[in-house]
Amino acid sequence: MGKTLYDKIYDSHVIFTQEGELPTLYIDRQLVHEVTSPQAFSGIEAAGRRLHRPDLHLATIDHDISTREQTLEACSPMAREQINALLANTKKFGVKFFGFGDDNQGVVHIIGPQTGFTLPGTTLVCGDSHTATHGAFGALAFGIGTSEVEHVMATQTLKQGRLKTMKIECTGRLQQGVYAKDLILAIISKLTTAGGTGYAVEFCGEAVRALSMEGRMTLSNMAIEFGAKAGMIAPDETTFAYLKGKMYAPKGEEFEEACEYWKTLKSDEDAHFDATVTIDASTLEPYVTWGTNPGQGAPISALVPFPHDFADVTEQKSCQKALEYIALRSGDPLIGTPVDYVFIGSCTNGRIEDFREAAKVLKGHKIAPNIQLALAVPGSGLVKRIAEEEGLDKIFKDAGFEWRNPGCSMCLAMNDDKAPPKVRVASTSNRNFVGRQGKDSRTHLMSPATAAACAIKGCLCDVREFL
Amino acid sequence: MQKFTEHTGIVVPLDSANIDTDQIIPKQFLLAVDRNGFGKHLFHDWRYLDEEETKPNPDFNLNKKVFAGASILLARDNFGNGSSREHAPWALMGYGIRAVIAPSFADIFYNNALGNGLLPLKLTKEEVDKLFVEVNKEPGVSITISLVNCTVKLRDLTFNFTLDEFRRHCLLEGLDAISLTLEHEDEIARFEKNMESWKAHGVTP
Repeated sequence: MGKTLYDKIYDSHVIFTQEGELPTLYIDRQLVHEVTSPQAFSGIEAAGRRLHRPDLHLATIDHDISTREQTLEACSPMAREQINALLANTKKFGVKFFGFGDDNQGVVHIIGPQTGFTLPGTTLVCGDSHTATHGAFGALAFGIGTSEVEHVMATQTLKQGRLKTMKIECTGRLQQGVYAKDLILAIISKLTTAGGTGYAVEFCGEAVRALSMEGRMTLSNMAIEFGAKAGMIAPDETTFAYLKGKMYAPKGEEFEEACEYWKTLKSDEDAHFDATVTIDASTLEPYVTWGTNPGQGAPISALVPFPHDFADVTEQKSCQKALEYIALRSGDPLIGTPVDYVFIGSCTNGRIEDFREAAKVLKGHKIAPNIQLALAVPGSGLVKRIAEEEGLDKIFKDAGFEWRNPGCSMCLAMNDDKAPPKVRVASTSNRNFVGRQGKDSRTHLMSPATAAACAIKGCLCDVREFL
Repeated sequence: MQKFTEHTGIVVPLDSANIDTDQIIPKQFLLAVDRNGFGKHLFHDWRYLDEEETKPNPDFNLNKKVFAGASILLARDNFGNGSSREHAPWALMGYGIRAVIAPSFADIFYNNALGNGLLPLKLTKEEVDKLFVEVNKEPGVSITISLVNCTVKLRDLTFNFTLDEFRRHCLLEGLDAISLTLEHEDEIARFEKNMESWKAHGVTP
């Protein structure tokens, strides 16, 4: 029988399997950031160890830095301590570090791809659950905890059992105004937040093939939001064209050689998947979430659900709790719900294409008077620079947005970009958990274009009226 | 890693599914560079009425006298979903929790717990239901978990559970995963020698 994409990469990375143990996999790449690495570095140091391959690591700062100013002084004292620890640790252990002011400083999951550090056929990990993003290149990429970060630092390996495999086939083409973000929100709503637990997922089908690398990364990024550790997409010409010429990607003949191998990285015709899901992408509308987990989403034209719409008792309870928290009434239309803040950015939607799409909607408009704060936060120094070269920053600023510096920002609100209690945020990030963007804040997840439209209207709305 | 062989303790119920890592330990407490001190912030948003953590929420189970000193947590499906933060098991362990019983766990949390000597114990939905009934009938009741026999006992109720044999062995012995792997340095070096050149290029500072 044939092999799946996941099995091909998994099998080619098994170093050894000790009797009675999980197989030990070689890890080709590790991304490092300030929040989940200090304890790993100090563990290495305490045990008198060194990094086995410091050159297969890449570090930057993103989670808790200020997006107002690119200085240590603008960060909180505790954030400063973490940033200084990362600076000192990367220096001591010989790891490449991208700091303030560099094109390659920014959200780790944007830095890996834009530098060509992320490559098809590799295993890539990071102490962050959204590491699934890199699966868009046909890499086996997943988030790990700090002890595992330390294990990779010390050994360049991880013990990993084989995951089950799930194929998610997206047939048809997305309509105008419907993006990768809408597709993934629709998938998560269909599968629920735990539907992918224990699986490595492969996204495929016409709609996925038609996506740019940016769109594919948005899709893979949120695999973890339905519980799947990895969300992979077979590499193709779109992937190769994106990687060609990137700083750390192979060059010349070596690139051609690599491409030949990468072309074999697809699931065989007769490969067996443990589960298969099909979704018709051509009928999808823009999606938004109405609840407090990413699986609680609906097409923009839908009404707020009733708890009894759900068959499962746990889901019913969860719906009720979510509606109380987010202050929506069952039966009301989602469209028209007033919004207070708008956030465009994050590892889900902080890439250049995201700002281009949002700018297309915003051009010539102003944000509504009831919008108290609208933030545009590019995912990296490079994204920011390109956007500025294209004049996008001007469109955002003219509309009334604040144009900030790269970082995770209000996606997780670890820095000072927070939403106050009861404030409703139209957000392009990935989690709408209780308190995620600030204590008692209310999050609606959506695409950058929809977020831009919500900023103009001051409420949840259908972006297609602007296109 | 702290060993886990057998443990008896008070079980505290948290009757919710999808208890995510943002609830277990909110992000403002991730601003630390060591592994200690997270226990006092465990379930911060539920446990306290104020940001400064001076006013405990009397309605939250962990704050009820009857559950004082609880060391086993009982919850519903998909416990620990969300972020990869290992601060979640650190906070649970820091508070004194040694095991979490639920019908299912999120993958990353599950791994992180096992790597820290915190036992994520899977029972069936029906068994978890039964435990909730018993604990609600007699709040403050203790249960005994044996990793040697893979059993959970509450008075005359006994449930069996399973855990991957290697994981179980590591927990029982409190083994350090890195030392175990470093015994295979030669195999790792051999693997690296055969790596394709396009992949082997490293990044220099």
